[in-house]
Parts: sequence; C-alpha cells; structure tokens
Amino acid sequence: MSNEVNPNIHSTETSHADLHDEHHVHHHKETFITKYVFSQDHKMIAKQFLATGIIWAIIGGLFSVLFRLQLGYPDETFPILETFFGRNAEGGRIQPEFYYSLVTMHGTVLIFFVLTAGLSGTFANFLIPLQIGARDMASPFLNMLSYWFFFAASVVMLSSLFVQTGPASGGWTVYPPLSALGQASEGSKIGMDLWLISMALFVVSSLLGGLNYITTILNMRTKGMSMTRMPLTIWALFFTAVLGVLSFPVLLSGFILLLFDRHLGTSFYLSDIYVNGQILPNEGGSAILYQHLFWFLGHPEVYIIALPAMGLTSEILSVNSRKPIFGYMAMIGSLFAITILAFLVWAHHMFVTGLNPFLGSVFVLLTLLIAVPSAIKVFNWLTTIWRGNIRFTPATLFAIGFVSVFISGGLTGIFLGNSTIDIHLHDTKFVVAHFHLVMGVSSMFGMLAGIYHWFPKMFGRYMNNTLGYIHFWVTITGAYLIFWPMHYEGLAGVPRRYLDLSGWTSFNQFTELNKFITIVSIVVFAVQLMFVFNYFYSMFKGRKLTTTNPWGANTLEWTTPINPGHGNWTGEIPEVHRWPYDYSKDGREFIPQTEKVGEDESQH
Amino acid sequence: MSTFLIIAILILGFVITFQIAKASEYVAILRGEEKARKQSNRINGFLLLIFLIVGLIGVYYCNEALKGKLLGESASDHGEKIDMMLYITIILTGIVFVITQVLLFWFAYKYQESDTRKSYYFPHNNKLELIWTVIPAIALTVLVGFGLFYWYKITGDAPKNALVVEITGSQFKWEMRYPGRDGVFGKKYFKEIDEAKSNPLGQIWDDPANHDDIVVTGDMPIVVNKPVKLIINAKDVIHDVGLAHFRMKMDAVPGTPTTMWFTPKFTTAQAKEKWGAEFVYEISCDQMCGKGHYSMRGTITVITQEEFDRWMYSQQPQYYAAFPDRNPANTPAITDSVKVASVNPTAAGTTLMN
Ligand code: HEM
Ligand SMILES: [Cu+2]
Ligand SMILES: [Cu+2]
Repeated sequence: MSNEVNPNIHSTETSHADLHDEHHVHHHKETFITKYVFSQDHKMIAKQFLATGIIWAIIGGLFSVLFRLQLGYPDETFPILETFFGRNAEGGRIQPEFYYSLVTMHGTVLIFFVLTAGLSGTFANFLIPLQIGARDMASPFLNMLSYWFFFAASVVMLSSLFVQTGPASGGWTVYPPLSALGQASEGSKIGMDLWLISMALFVVSSLLGGLNYITTILNMRTKGMSMTRMPLTIWALFFTAVLGVLSFPVLLSGFILLLFDRHLGTSFYLSDIYVNGQILPNEGGSAILYQHLFWFLGHPEVYIIALPAMGLTSEILSVNSRKPIFGYMAMIGSLFAITILAFLVWAHHMFVTGLNPFLGSVFVLLTLLIAVPSAIKVFNWLTTIWRGNIRFTPATLFAIGFVSVFISGGLTGIFLGNSTIDIHLHDTKFVVAHFHLVMGVSSMFGMLAGIYHWFPKMFGRYMNNTLGYIHFWVTITGAYLIFWPMHYEGLAGVPRRYLDLSGWTSFNQFTELNKFITIVSIVVFAVQLMFVFNYFYSMFKGRKLTTTNPWGANTLEWTTPINPGHGNWTGEIPEVHRWPYDYSKDGREFIPQTEKVGEDESQH
Repeated sequence: MSTFLIIAILILGFVITFQIAKASEYVAILRGEEKARKQSNRINGFLLLIFLIVGLIGVYYCNEALKGKLLGESASDHGEKIDMMLYITIILTGIVFVITQVLLFWFAYKYQESDTRKSYYFPHNNKLELIWTVIPAIALTVLVGFGLFYWYKITGDAPKNALVVEITGSQFKWEMRYPGRDGVFGKKYFKEIDEAKSNPLGQIWDDPANHDDIVVTGDMPIVVNKPVKLIINAKDVIHDVGLAHFRMKMDAVPGTPTTMWFTPKFTTAQAKEKWGAEFVYEISCDQMCGKGHYSMRGTITVITQEEFDRWMYSQQPQYYAAFPDRNPANTPAITDSVKVASVNPTAAGTTLMN
C-alpha cells in the first residue's frame, strides 16, 4: 500500500490542474528575511508562533517558580533574588507588590500568549492548509500580520516588566477600580497602560488570525473535502476561531472603557470612591459592568484554550490506537454545543458579586448544561482507545494524560458551577486547582502532544523519544502532586492570591504542604526546560525522517514531501475520497483519505 | 551558595539524562528500531497501569493526610446546607472519577499494541452515545435541583428579627457600623468621608439617625443563634467579605452595596472549646484588592444576646468622636439634657418610641 501521493490521481482532470498551475513551482527568490522573518508561508508562521510561545512559556513558568518560592518558604530569604530583582526582592524576600505582578504576568502570559497564541497560532496555521488540502491560508499577508501584531504585543508586555512602578499587578482579570486607579496600586500606573495596549494588539492579532482560519476552512478545501470529511483537529480549530472572533471584540471594548476611565475622567466603572485619602469625583459607574464585559470573553477564552487541545487529542488518539475516532458526528456536535454554550455561562464567575440570585440560577443551569457535551467527549475518547492497538508515542501518552486531567479538572467544575457550593469555594485555592487541571495542564498536554506528533512534519526530524517519555511521566506525576492537594487548601477556605498565610489562625496549617508543592513545581519546571532543549536540539540534530508518513496516518499533511516548500504539494493537490478515520477497516491498517472508496468496501 | 549548588546539580542531572537519552537512541537503531519500539511500548503500557494504581492509593493517602486540616463542622445554618451539597457532589463526582480514570488507564494498558490483535473498527453506536448523553444530564439535573433549592434559601430575604450590621472594606481593613438604639442607619455620602475629622464612613451628621450609630474597626460582635444580615460596602476598590467558618462570601463593591445573611451556631467561647484555644472567626478578604490583600483580616466575635447588649451599651457613637464637645460625658451635667435635646430632637424621639 502506497503512502505517497499518486501523481496520476488527477491526470484526467486537466481543468482542475490548470487552476493551480501557477502555484506549482516557486521561482521568486527567497531571501533570509522573506523566508524566516517576514514569511508568508503558513508553516513558517506556525513555527514563529510556536517559538515565541515557548519563550513565553519559559518566562511564565519561571514566574510561577518565583512566587511558589514565596508561598513555600515565606520566612526564608533568598539573597540571589535580590541580586536579580533589586528592591523588588529586598533582603531576599519577594515584596507583596512584586508577588502580585508575578502572579498577574504568569496568568496573562500563560493564558493569552502561550495557550491562545502559542497553541491556536501554531496548530491552526500549521494544520489547516495541510489537512484540508490548501496551498496556504486565504490571506497569507494578513496571516503574517497576525504574527507580527502578536510579536508587538509581546514586546509591549515584556517592556512593562521593566518600568519603574512595575507591571500590572491586579490579577490577570484586572478588575477595576483597582486597575483603574494609580492611587490604589503601583501596578495600576504605567504598567497597567502597557498591559492594556499589549492586550489590544493581541486582540488585533487574534482577530486577523481567526478570520483567516475561518475563511480558509470554509473556502479552500480541496476537491472532495466536504465539511464532514475534515479531521476533528480542523473542526476544533474552526470553532476556536469562531469563539475568538465573536468574543475578543467585547473584551477590547471593555478595555477601551477602562482606558477612558483611567485617562479621560469618564465613570464607566467608577463610583463613590475614596482612595488613599482622596475623594474622587466619579459617580454612577458600575464596577460590575467590567466583569460582565471581561467574562463574556473570559469564559469563551477557556474554550479557546481547550478546544484545540481536544481536537489534537482526538486525532492523535485515533491514529495511535489504529482505530477510528468513536462518534465523529457526536464529537462535532459537542464541539458545536460547547461553542454556543460558552457564550451563555459567563456570569458563573460572578455568583458572589451581588448578582441577582434568580439570574444566578439561570447561569447555574446553563453552566451544568455545558458539562454534558464535555462528558460526551470523554466517553468517546475512552471508547476510541477501547479495543484498539495502541502505540505509546510521547504524543499518545500526552493525549491520554490530557483525558485524565481533563476529567479531574472537569469534575471539580461541577462543584463551582453549582452556585451554592461556589459561595464557599469562590476565589479560594480550590479554583486555582480546578482551572489549572482543566485548562492549564490539560491544554498544555494537548499542545505538547501536538508538538511531539507533528514535529516530524514541521522539521523533517524526530524528537528524542526517551526524553519525551521522561518528560511525560515527570510532568503528569508532578501536575497531580501540585494541584490535587491544592483542592484541600481551597476546601479549608484558603483564599487565592495570598502570599503569606502566617498571619491567619484559620489558614496557617498548610506550611508543610506548601513546601512540598513548591519543590515539585521546581522539578516540573526543570523538566519542561529539558523538553525545550529536546525541541531545539532535535530541530537541528534529531534523527532524520526517511518516510513521508511515519505514523501511518490518513490525513493529507502526510502526503506532502518530507520538507514541503511554500505551496505544500509539489504536484497536484490531492483529491479526497473518504473521511480521515478509516483505521483497521476491512483488515487494512489504514486507508489514506486520498484513496478511492473500493467497490466492495464495507459501509459504516 | 546553596543556590548555585542546586543549579549545578540540576545542570549535571540534565546533561546525564540527555546523554542516556541520546545513547538509547543509538542502541535502538543498532538493535533494530521495531524491536526497541515494541519494548518501550510495553514499558509505557506497564507504567500506565502502575500510575493508575499508585495514583488511586495516592488519592486515598492524600485524603488521610489532609482531611484533618479542613474546617470542622459549619458554624452557620447556611453552611450546613452548603456542606451537605458539597458532600453529595464529592460522592457523585468521586464515583465518576474512579470509574473513568480506571477505564482510561486500564484500556490503555490492556489494549497496548500487540502483534496478535487487530483494532476493532467501531466508528459509532447511537445507543451508547444516547446513554452517555442522558445519564450525565439526569445526574446534573439532580445536582442543580438540590443546589438551587438551597441557593434560594441562602440568598433569600433575611428574617425580620435579624441583627443588621454594615461592613465596609477599604485598603486594607474592615470597619463595621451598628445602627444604634434607633435601629436605623444614618445616611452616608462618600464625599463626606474625612478621616481627620473622625468620619471614616462619610456619615452625614445632619441626619439625626446617625447620631447614635456606632462604628468599630477590626472586630465584629454578633449574636449567637440570631440571624445577622450584613450590608456590605467598599470605599476604594472591590473587596470581599469571606467567612470560611460560616461558609459565606460576598463581594464588597464601591458604589453598589450588597447583602448577605446567616445565623451563627456557636459562640466564640463554644468554638474555642470545640476547636482549640487559638480559634477565632476570621474575616478574610477574598477579592484581589492591592498589595495588602493577603493581610486584610478582620474578626468576628459571636456572643450571647446578653453579652452583646452589654457591649453595645459600652460603646460611644461615632458622632461623639467627631464632635467631642457634644458628648454628654464631656460636658457639665446641668447643660447635658438641654444640649442633647436641642441638637438631636428626632433621635430622642425615636428612642422613646422604641
Ligand atoms: C508549573 C506549572 C504551574 C504552577 C506551579 C502554577 C502555579 C500557580 C499558582 C500557585 C497560582 C496562584 C497564585 C496565587 O493565588 O497567589 C497560579 C495562578 C494562575 N495560573 Fe498558574 N501555575 C502553573 C502553570 C499554569 C498554566 C499552564 C496556566 C495556563 C492556563 C496557568 C494559569 C494561571 C492563571 C490564569 C492564574 C491566575 C492568576 C491570577 O490570579 O490572576 N498556570 N498558578
Ligand atoms: Cu467560565
Ligand atoms: Cu482583598
């Protein structure tokens, strides 16, 4: 059975071939700049997103190690910190304002720069054209702009770390009035403006990207690639883009009003404020309005992070179980349901803000409703591996790990979505444990699975497997050791964003546990560095690919040459004849999408 | 020094791991890639099984180690309902957790690649999919039903006889106001706030209802077995009144007062007997409010009605702190009654009516 594209497949369809003739060979000279910097090739842009995302992940992870040092060892001094951070860590102790900056930057960076830009940016760019059979995005130029807006956002955010009053420090949600008033906090001065500017640039980047992804998926599928023959990765990335396009503008509007309140004397969010000995003139604003605008993005954002990981997991589990994904249509249906419901649950973050209790109860219903499609997905993944013939590549392991932590974190969502229980658990460490498992760790796992799986397609080389296995086992063990016991702190009422519990009689019983968690986080962080090393090392020195289709997969990206040029296929774009999940059908291990349906093939 | 040592050890471990990893890759090529792949497949399959077993034991052990550090019995009636919901949810999700994790890791182990097996082509099955749509839907409906039943009780109106206390958060302290004898809070306006003139809450002194209002900082006395309703305010940024022992929580939003109510079950003295001499009911700020957020602490003292009345009687209205010359205690006895009556006719009237 041949895995190569059959160059004769379209020999009879000359008209179709003509259409693409102009793309076949790329004659224009590529300089270093156009190839690696201002590239319009979707594959290169994907790699740029990934590399930038990895750098941000190291920074964001390092921040968590720093504030974990404070949480684990509140009484100890670390002179080395003073060497690096000067008065922010006076006497080797992390100062409160600095702690809050670290937490805020950690959250912002990991959510937006790593798991939104780094995850969607990488895999939407890389996989959409390759898996639907297109030579590039609908607009390669806007696609390039999307990366460079992200780059600009990164530069601004990075620069905010170095201003004198420090970066934003009000938490990644930057609730006003705290974030609106420089008098209330050092981080709400210039650092907050830079944060808002950076996020505005980020929104532009994500809109340019998202519109491009949607257009490409809807219009540029190759012959035979009907919507229901698309791999689930593409479906997931499609819904992710829809979520982003519909919700990011609302966030931007919230930010713009915040900028007005900060600089133009408006009172959208401000009313009745006496701060730092000063009476402000503002009256009539509502601080809660901001929270509605924020969470109208903020909740979909959780799914913007989770859906791509779900798509990658579905694909990887199916390929490596040598079995079709179970319930393809149900998987699409549940993605669709999640997308719709994601817009209808935002106020579950606001049960204790004084929200009308009746309104609250509506949001309880909708929130628990969204658990149903999530449950369907989990059961479908379980059935996918059931009676499979599973190959444990590092990618498979991370995909299995994804399902495990997604279950663990998803179940605690049922606690928090039930407003009655949320009264007690809101804004405690329980929430921190919950969202790290369900969105932080799980999406990280999805992303890592994707990197291990598609690395050979990206660079024509393999990553080192042994390091991959070590990476997986340490990371999943560490993730559970860090976040499982953290639920108990939350159940005991320990509030989040508390940097020292020694002043409290109710919360000071967790010193040992906090030390333990800190040590584990340092180990986990070190192992991530090992992964980063493996990534960059294998890029240049990894074992070379000798076959175009190393995993025996059905999807189109594996029909391209080992190192595809701009345009992806050297010949004709292949035509698609079937769905992507014909694994182990009729006694054949896999049947690529490009193969015509046989006369006597069984139906499903 | 020790920092450098740790970093050196980390780097060393790193280099060694990397060398081993690289070597194993060469060995794999020498021994035949297919064979090496199958072997690592078996190892990882086995590790998945071990992870499941050790993991489940770990979950049990973690619970044994930490359950003693949780809060004891709820100290309020609402808290009992919340705890009840919590237990129901823990049991239900616990069952689902164990089943799904066992299936996941067991399947992964059992169906690891083997030369003797072919995957089973099983793309969909409507009956199965229907079952696992309907069962979670029913389970969730039950949870929502219970939850909302309690939710409405907890967020419903406070009983008429409730003790009403106003609590105001500001960076980084809590201030409470009691309505005094008249049972009515005087009007406030934030532009009246003037800490130098002993008016931290912005009480409008022209409103006679303010003249007997009592303001205290830090500790909030309330009465055991009597519902207490909190009117929650903030002066600068958003704070949150977090009462872990009573399982209650509500944001304090500048410009938008909020409320919550509950009934404390044990006096502080009883609670100390139950949970040790150091025990205090603490008010934690649960909403990020600036650099002192982690230390924004208040306390609650639960006492009997009798003790409360005595305490109340001993307090001076804030009005006298703002206008010491109008305090009867500071003026000669003869002019006393005249002065109070002339300054504060309504308050006197209300008191009489009570
Ligand atoms: C080594 C891994 C990680 C560790 C040890 C860690 C640890 C923590 C801890 C302890 C907090 C709470 C700090 C506090 O309440 O004072 C926190 C906050 C947070 N983390 Fe992580 N984290 C990790 C990875 C991630 C990832 C992958 C994400 C991506 C979603 C993430 C997103 C967040 C967010 C959004 C917050 C909230 C920030 C805020 O309160 O404004 N973290 N992290
Ligand atoms: Cu949400
Ligand atoms: Cu606070």
